[in-house]
Amino acid sequence: MMDPVNSLIPRRISIQKQDFDLGDEVTLLEDKNHDDGAVVTFSGRVRNKNLGQNVKGLYLEHYPGMTEKLLEKIIIEAEQRWQLGRITVIHRIGQLYLGEQIVFVGVTSKHRQDAFSAAEFIMDFLKVKAPFWKKELTEQGESWLEARTSDQNKAQQWK
Amino acid sequence: MIKVIFFAALREQLNCNEMELNAEGISNVSQVKQTIIAEHPEWQAILENVSLLSAVNHDMVNGESAVNSGDEVAFFPPVTGG
Repeated sequence: MMDPVNSLIPRRISIQKQDFDLGDEVTLLEDKNHDDGAVVTFSGRVRNKNLGQNVKGLYLEHYPGMTEKLLEKIIIEAEQRWQLGRITVIHRIGQLYLGEQIVFVGVTSKHRQDAFSAAEFIMDFLKVKAPFWKKELTEQGESWLEARTSDQNKAQQWK
Repeated sequence: MIKVIFFAALREQLNCNEMELNAEGISNVSQVKQTIIAEHPEWQAILENVSLLSAVNHDMVNGESAVNSGDEVAFFPPVTGG
């Protein structure tokens, strides 16, 4: 039987402009969750260099409705592959500057291996499936990023 | 009617967020594209770019996928989130 409190927030997907707090997110994953001994989190941030250019910031656009649907599909697939507890996926949109947080994936499971694998799987598929687009702001101006073959190859390894 | 939406670099290249098409004579995604190109011949090269992706009602699809009146069709470049 599932702990009724534990089942209140099995999955959390949020597409938001505002920042998130890593501590708060870990608390949500752990709060009254006594089934899971492992908590794995990943966060992605805006870094200063890309393809040799100095990056000042990013503008992130997405397809409302489809994004949430795709992230849910990716999470459901992860739940079918591994024994997982709670899952949180947060992705920010809009204007983001150097060092700001972009994305968060948090997964809990009984033991570490399932949580490690699922967090990596969710990130890999988010990168190649979820309809987000980054426009990079560099010293040379603005330009939309091109998709990378290396991201496609990484996701294909899970097949 | 069929609602068509464009995203990111594609939206900027076309300078168009969305448009509506009469559903008559349209039964799949390729025909949606051809109908748009007939209205806007200047968009042909951009819309026939093979790397463009398409979705119908928030599901990824290919050119042969069915489209009906009331559907939302989206065209966009390969995704770059994360």
